[in-house]
Amino acid sequence: MTKHHVSTTINGEPAEFLCEPQQTLLDVLRDELNLTGSKEGCSSGDCGACSVIMDGRVACACLALGVEAEGRSIETIEGMAEGETLHPLQRLFLEEAALQCGYCTPGFLVAAKALLDRKPDPTETEVRFWLAGNLCRCTGYDKIVRAVLSAAAEMRG
Amino acid sequence: MDGQGQDFKWIGKRTVRPDGVDKVTGRANFGADFSLPGMLVGKVLRSTHPHARILSIDTEKAHALPGVKAVITAADLPDIPSEEAHFGEDPTDFRHVSHNVMARDKALYDGHVVAAVAATSESIADEALGLIEVNYEVLPHVLDVEEAMKPGAPLVLEDLITGGVTPTPKDPSNIAKRVQFDLGDTEAGFKKANMVVERRFTTKPVHQGYIEPHAVVASTSEDGHTLVWCSSQGHFMIRAACAKLLGLDVSQLRVMPAEIGGGFGGKITVYLEPLAVLLSRKTGRPVKMVMTREEVFRGTGPTSGTVMTVKIGATKKGQITAAEATLAYQAGAFPGSPVGLGCMTAFAPYDLENVKTVGFDVVVNRPKATAYRAPGAPLAAFAAESVLDELAKALDIEPLELREKNAAKEGTKAPYGPRFGPIGYVETLQAVRDHPHYSAPLGPNQGRGIASGFWMNFGGQSSAVVNVNEDGTVVVTLGHPDIGGSRASMALMAAEVLGIDIAKVRPIIGDTHTIGFSDITGGSKVTFASGMAVVEAAGDVVAQLRERTAMIWEVEAEGVVWEDGHALPASTNVGEFEPLSLAQIAAMAAKIGGPISGRASINAKGAGPGFGTHICDVEVDRETGRVVVLRYTAVQDAGRAIHPAYVEGQLQGGAAQGIGWALNEEYVYGDDGRLQNPGFLDYRMPVASDLPMIDTVIVEVPNPNHPFGVRGVGEVPIVPPLAAVANAVENAIGVRMADLPMSPPHILAALEDKA
Repeated sequence: MTKHHVSTTINGEPAEFLCEPQQTLLDVLRDELNLTGSKEGCSSGDCGACSVIMDGRVACACLALGVEAEGRSIETIEGMAEGETLHPLQRLFLEEAALQCGYCTPGFLVAAKALLDRKPDPTETEVRFWLAGNLCRCTGYDKIVRAVLSAAAEMRG
Repeated sequence: MDGQGQDFKWIGKRTVRPDGVDKVTGRANFGADFSLPGMLVGKVLRSTHPHARILSIDTEKAHALPGVKAVITAADLPDIPSEEAHFGEDPTDFRHVSHNVMARDKALYDGHVVAAVAATSESIADEALGLIEVNYEVLPHVLDVEEAMKPGAPLVLEDLITGGVTPTPKDPSNIAKRVQFDLGDTEAGFKKANMVVERRFTTKPVHQGYIEPHAVVASTSEDGHTLVWCSSQGHFMIRAACAKLLGLDVSQLRVMPAEIGGGFGGKITVYLEPLAVLLSRKTGRPVKMVMTREEVFRGTGPTSGTVMTVKIGATKKGQITAAEATLAYQAGAFPGSPVGLGCMTAFAPYDLENVKTVGFDVVVNRPKATAYRAPGAPLAAFAAESVLDELAKALDIEPLELREKNAAKEGTKAPYGPRFGPIGYVETLQAVRDHPHYSAPLGPNQGRGIASGFWMNFGGQSSAVVNVNEDGTVVVTLGHPDIGGSRASMALMAAEVLGIDIAKVRPIIGDTHTIGFSDITGGSKVTFASGMAVVEAAGDVVAQLRERTAMIWEVEAEGVVWEDGHALPASTNVGEFEPLSLAQIAAMAAKIGGPISGRASINAKGAGPGFGTHICDVEVDRETGRVVVLRYTAVQDAGRAIHPAYVEGQLQGGAAQGIGWALNEEYVYGDDGRLQNPGFLDYRMPVASDLPMIDTVIVEVPNPNHPFGVRGVGEVPIVPPLAAVANAVENAIGVRMADLPMSPPHILAALEDKA
């Protein structure tokens, strides 16, 4: 099968890859670019473990094709910390024990970042509905929601 | 609160978990994140028939497809004899495990694996599966537990003779086992009762719902040794099962524990792993296998669907005189439902004279039931705690008071035999009574329910090694996969014993070749058993540090004590010496006896039983039938909370899983015996917008058998929610929901029946 050449931007850096037309963006990130921080939980857009930010909008990488990355800007969990400095969301997830197994964590962090990029002062209800596309089976969401609200407060200064 | 009078430096601190940064940056390697050069993709073919004889399998066309490197069926696995296997909380049979991994002679459920391929790409592997020709003779199937128990039902396993009954039946049936636990005389007990309530309950199978699908990479060297990377609840279990199923020496397999993305009991057995090992051995290349979510639903888990009857009698004053339960649990296609554990736990929170529980383990044409967090207990507690509520209402006694009057305490004989040591059930009830949630006002169509839960908790085999590095930092190697933050609590316990800063302690999980045997992560054992091993290994290090100091000071080792991370003279009689820190001794170790390394390999006994009581508020929409949980409080005796934030997390997570089980989750099968909802869209687990904050209260009644008083905490919190939600719904709308899930159609139907 002929592969397609795709030029894109990933975490602020130019990236190129070859992919089959049916390969999802998630497969490309994980298998071609070795960015395995985005996780596969369902391949149907129901769990959010593969959440990435495409041109400023949160998306399930399992529902996008690799070829759709052409000319776009993709943010993944690997680009969230700046050097050794964790994003406030990442740090507060740790300080407030907002993860147990940690498998859903990258997806939650990316989705929460997309929320705070858009709305720096969300209510608890807004956080809960924004993150309703991300499944966590360990935490009961309590500490995740609190960590997001704490990060929002800290980032507002 | 501190029954042992201990003053802690690290225990009870909310430190950042040692594996945390890797998990918030995407660096952590889970099962599917590992790859090797030249790796093949392995895939399995699953039966779409719930019950069918496999007449033949023709793999010729699949073999011939370019890029296909191996095709295997049951004929490629040894036909091993029956042998009891101890993976998790209940024993199983290696022969059944083998037949579940790959169907032999018959496919027993929709999703049962019948063949597997290894190919150079995923698309070729998929194409190859389509070229495998399986010739089936479709057989009548049975899904329902009561149907399966009837004479003349289709036989799932044609040679299954019911165990636990005398005389032994001559003819096979689907009833794998009957179990019974007795205490006193229930017949006499019910005669003393002024009020008896009896009710029948049904529940559907639910899945553990871990977000990480099963994944494995196996790579075999020319010398016949295979390396396996996979996420599981026990890499020693993976090694044992793969060796047994494939006829290999245990030492031929080295299993590396990947980070595990949730298990809840669902990863205490093998599915893909033996197949990946076999494919790798056949091809001489690394093979990676990863399940899709649909495969996870069709081929793994779930826990049992049930039919249960509970009967409880009490005096006018609320003294329970007798309690009986009859529990029939679906085992899936092979024996081994957690019905025995259901029988043992059903009435365990209560101090009762007369108890009888009877359980039936029943095979049906569904996936083999696997452990799910406190296996068996939430179901039995759903029935028992619902009947208790009805009984309280009939006697006009507050449900909390009825529980208080009959609560188990130290010295109570548990219905399954032992007498309880110090336990904290009464303390959880008091904490509920004292909590502002308990007396907060409710609005229209709102209701409040409480329910309690019990889990005996497990100990078992555990190994730990504590190596002191030359700069005074310490590496703690553990044998149990860390499923929810156990490295954090192990580091806290090691730092406490050694008296050094937590930042100097680095805990890791060893692989099967680098750390002594350790049982699965399950049974709420890790903080207890692995914690005991860590405390013992760190104590071994302290003994060595005292010996080295004695060599430096030229005194007897008894003359040196270890306090707050330093060696000190035990008294002025020993001499005048400046304290030596762990780092100072470590720096000199090479010259005074060599490396300092402590170890412990133990079989931990004396796990402390755990009790919890939950308060749940719901609001019921009478038009749509939707139940919303408005407020939720989980109270539990943790013995000692080593890392309180992760204890709270266990309480919150267990409550959320229980709420999903109560309200939404169920396996839906068609008349054709096929699973109709193998995806997260139709198998609806709670999301953030479904739940409120979940308040927690940690009660601490220390377990005297653990150096820091730890009780397991992971499983108890899923036991009360099913009944707590049902009791709240009853309080809101006056309808007793005896069938799970309490989804909108069921609520509406119940409201219509009432009207």
